Amino acid sequence: MPVMTYREALNAALHEEFAHDERVLILGEEVALYQGAFKVTQGLLQKFGDRRVIDTPISEAGFVGMAIGAAMLGLRPIAEVMTFNFSILALDQMVNNAAKMYSMSGGQLHVPMVLRGPGGAAHQLASQHSQALEQQYAHIPGLKVVMPATPADAKGLLKSAIRDESPVVFIEGEALYPTKGEVPEGEYLIEIGKADLKRQGKDVTLICWSRMALVTLEAAALLEQEGIDAEVVDLRTVRPVDQEAILQSVRKTNRAVVVEEAWPWASVGGSIVDLIQREAFDDLDAPVLRINGIDAPMPYAKNLEHAMLPTPRSIAAAAKKVLYR
Amino acid sequence: MPYSKEVLLDLLERMLLIRRFEERAGQQYGLGKIGGFCHLYIGQEAVCVGALSALRPDDYALSGYREHGHALARGTEPGRVMAELFGKATGTTKGKGGSMHIFDAERRFMGGYGIVGGQIPLGAGFALATKYQGGDQVTLCFFGDAAVNQGVFHEVLNMAQLWKLPVIFICENNKYGMGTDVARAAAVPEVYKRSSSYNMHGERVDGMDVLAVRAACDRLVHRARTEMQPALLEAATYRFRGHSMADPATYRTKEELAEFRGKDPIAQLKAQLVADDSITEEDYKKLEQKIKKIVDEAVKFADESPAADLAERFTDVYFGEPPLAPPELDPALLEEAH
Amino acid sequence: MPTPILMPKLSDDMREGKILAWKKREGDAVESGEAIAEVETDKANLEVEAYSAGKLSKIIAPVGATVECGQPIAILLEEGEAEGEAAEAPAPAPAKKVAAPAQHAVPKEAAAPPDSQPAAAAVAPESAGAARQPGAKGVGAALAPAAEPAGGESVERVRASPLAKRMARVAELDLRSLEGSGPRGRVVKADVERAMASGEPRPAAAVASEKSPRVKSASQGLRDQLVPMSGMRRTIARRMAEAKPGAPHFYLTIDVEMTTALELRAQLNEQVAEEWGGKVSVNDLVLRAAALSLPRRPEVNASLAGESVQRHGAVHLGFAVSVEDGLLTPVIRDADRIPFSQLVKKARELAERARARKLKPDEYQGGTFTVSNLGMYGVTSFSAIINPGEAAILAVGAVGKRAVVSGDELRVGSVMTATLSGDHRIIDGALGAQLLQAFKALLEQPLRLLS
Repeated sequence: MPVMTYREALNAALHEEFAHDERVLILGEEVALYQGAFKVTQGLLQKFGDRRVIDTPISEAGFVGMAIGAAMLGLRPIAEVMTFNFSILALDQMVNNAAKMYSMSGGQLHVPMVLRGPGGAAHQLASQHSQALEQQYAHIPGLKVVMPATPADAKGLLKSAIRDESPVVFIEGEALYPTKGEVPEGEYLIEIGKADLKRQGKDVTLICWSRMALVTLEAAALLEQEGIDAEVVDLRTVRPVDQEAILQSVRKTNRAVVVEEAWPWASVGGSIVDLIQREAFDDLDAPVLRINGIDAPMPYAKNLEHAMLPTPRSIAAAAKKVLYR
Repeated sequence: MPYSKEVLLDLLERMLLIRRFEERAGQQYGLGKIGGFCHLYIGQEAVCVGALSALRPDDYALSGYREHGHALARGTEPGRVMAELFGKATGTTKGKGGSMHIFDAERRFMGGYGIVGGQIPLGAGFALATKYQGGDQVTLCFFGDAAVNQGVFHEVLNMAQLWKLPVIFICENNKYGMGTDVARAAAVPEVYKRSSSYNMHGERVDGMDVLAVRAACDRLVHRARTEMQPALLEAATYRFRGHSMADPATYRTKEELAEFRGKDPIAQLKAQLVADDSITEEDYKKLEQKIKKIVDEAVKFADESPAADLAERFTDVYFGEPPLAPPELDPALLEEAH
Repeated sequence: MPTPILMPKLSDDMREGKILAWKKREGDAVESGEAIAEVETDKANLEVEAYSAGKLSKIIAPVGATVECGQPIAILLEEGEAEGEAAEAPAPAPAKKVAAPAQHAVPKEAAAPPDSQPAAAAVAPESAGAARQPGAKGVGAALAPAAEPAGGESVERVRASPLAKRMARVAELDLRSLEGSGPRGRVVKADVERAMASGEPRPAAAVASEKSPRVKSASQGLRDQLVPMSGMRRTIARRMAEAKPGAPHFYLTIDVEMTTALELRAQLNEQVAEEWGGKVSVNDLVLRAAALSLPRRPEVNASLAGESVQRHGAVHLGFAVSVEDGLLTPVIRDADRIPFSQLVKKARELAERARARKLKPDEYQGGTFTVSNLGMYGVTSFSAIINPGEAAILAVGAVGKRAVVSGDELRVGSVMTATLSGDHRIIDGALGAQLLQAFKALLEQPLRLLS
């Protein structure tokens, strides 16, 4: 299996889907001539032309709304936001139009589109460019929210997202673009809504997604040195969430820690804890703990930034706490 | 006169249908059969009837939340629209959309939208898609005068002109965004001028004159279809009623209302047709009776239709996927058990 | 048919309207959509329009009348309809003032007083597990525990994880008989698993010592035993508790001749003190004797667990250390199984740390029996109060020269008086006496202390 970066895996998925389906097109800032602000759309313009690869002005609400409209007429548009921080400008379009169209029209119209781009903290981009905003979308019925952690997942899930009949919010990890991994070639599709056991273990369940999956795997390695066998459940999709995968693991280990880059209040992680306490109450041997980003806007300085986010050590400490060690 | 008698009578009939339908909707609201917000179109009939009559059946249209008229003008059965207002299972969206969200995709009426200006990018998206697919359909995108102060209006006009999209943006300027006079909300109250920022063609038409609206749209639709040129059309119109049922419209004078009632689009066209000897008073009475019967039947249909199905709460959330599982403590089941 | 014109509902929350003015008079022609009356609602004044053309035949609600929505305010005759029919129109309800609509009344639930019945668990006293940890608040043998639940076992709340509860339920284990190793004494999976593996529950103290890598326990593998109380025992427990709140104490006193023990001590201090890093005290001998006597009468090395008595497998010996403002009870784990030299060392270390207030929780928690010695103050004998969670305590006085009768001879010997306080719910006098006998024998033939 070839090894490629997360960025290359996404690029491969786009090339394959553009070739696979004539209805696929992409709109976004710098996606064509510039080859993508993060080079995810590299080569698309040359290969598929400016009819399908469209540079837009900086008008997020406008071009995201146009992608929704085009999807209503049967195209499979991808709207790329340069980062998800800017997607907030198009939140009305996603929440009031994309998410509700199928229901509001009584089943007459639906919106097979993808809103994608990088999210989460990267490197010293400060408060307005370092946000994990998945809960804004995961809250909304009618949307699906996908957040892959590895190159293989990125490819398989992006291909599935483009083929999905519902609006899919596809949040890439900005800090993950240069990370490498093995990626299956050709038709490789991963079902949306299915978690992946990134590490099997028996002592404690660590639930995570996107970049936090990598950090959590490091934490699992630390725990292994202390004789603790952690199971790492990478959700990959935060709406709909793979409830069975979470519950199966928690029923095995009786303990869980939810690791989340986002702020702690009213977040996806809180809902996962709710799920566990409702459905696995009698299986718990300890309260479920959460490790989140610090509940404050992200500062710029390198040392501050590092200390704002969950680390392998803080995750391992939480795991030990739920193990009463 | 460029339009045949059949066309003129059709315009008259459609406007009258909308007028009587809306009056009856107001009455039914008064009886408590319609809930929520209900924005009546009375007074503005010439705009949607004139504009939509310029379209082919495979063209697209969409509007804001004052859109009962647009659906009726596009041919949606009055009974299904009334049933939707009543929240009935037989409504256009099975009771899910209500007054503000009438959809009839089969007739390519692509919906009523409740966020001011929120539908504007969708309309441009339709045009993008038709052009992408190599079709020659045109989209009419209706909105009110308040929508032009939304950022998305400007974003979309810019892109529509930049990319030469076959869409006509029709601003129904009824002089008030809810209770705020256009002159108090817009630095440039002549809405059509705003297109000049984007090198887009813009013009204003008398929105109380259905033939003027029709003529303008014939021209602009043809241009969009053949030259891929968008346009902004401002239709100067007036609503005879308040913003919604609960609005006493105290922000405007009785004189102003009287002035516009004097330009009633239905009365204007009728007078013209009578003067032309195209119809007699007797013909008009017969038309009134025909319309009254249609509206009576619409109300009867809505009245007799079953209430929205409780199971619909769980459908139409994700396309192609089974309905959601009801929650353990489903309020409906608890009520039933009680 | 004449059409009644009804008071319209002009907003979702409108319930009634007041007629402010009639714009048409009876007999006037009316166009569809024409305003016929002005109505005041709680929000605004609005016009009522006719919804079909005709003639205003009759005004029902005069100006000033307040009419419920949906009630007629006038009658309209459409073209061609006769006047007479108006009279036959359904008799309208008279215009009337309307009382506050029921729909707007405060919901019953909201008006009801807040649920005043608290959940039993929420107000239950601290769990037995937490309260039973001796010395957790620096309480020693001489201090009666204020926090001890007053015989209220029936409302005792046991802190346990949901999983532990389920496991205990399935295994038919009484959670109250288990001591929790989790935070605040929470019974967790590991505690239940141990109890299940051994067939009987084990005390938290043993678990705690195993858990902590700092404490190497010699008692791993020893079993606690849960012995259900007999009917008689339960009656005694109940009646004794009625007679004296808390643990009903009884006291037994014995004299121990220490002459040989003192000689042994002198020898040890001469020969091995340097090696052991310090001198052996009388108290060390007493502690060792107490520790070795307990396995001979394991019934005394026990605690009360609801309607059961938990007999501890290991001997964790507490000893009272006087500190400023009170006393502490450090615990020597497995005091019967570690070598004597180690006990001596441990006792010294713990006493020093107690005086320095540097004891760690696992150094003062989990004791199963306590010795209190006031001999250094010259006290010849006294009675101590039992440390909560234990069955007995031994109070030891000073060793002094006294007249000793051996056989028919009178001689001078070194004698010490020891008093055992027993919890009558758990043990009886004879058992306590047997323990004292063993204790005495060990000190009077002290070589066995060195095993």
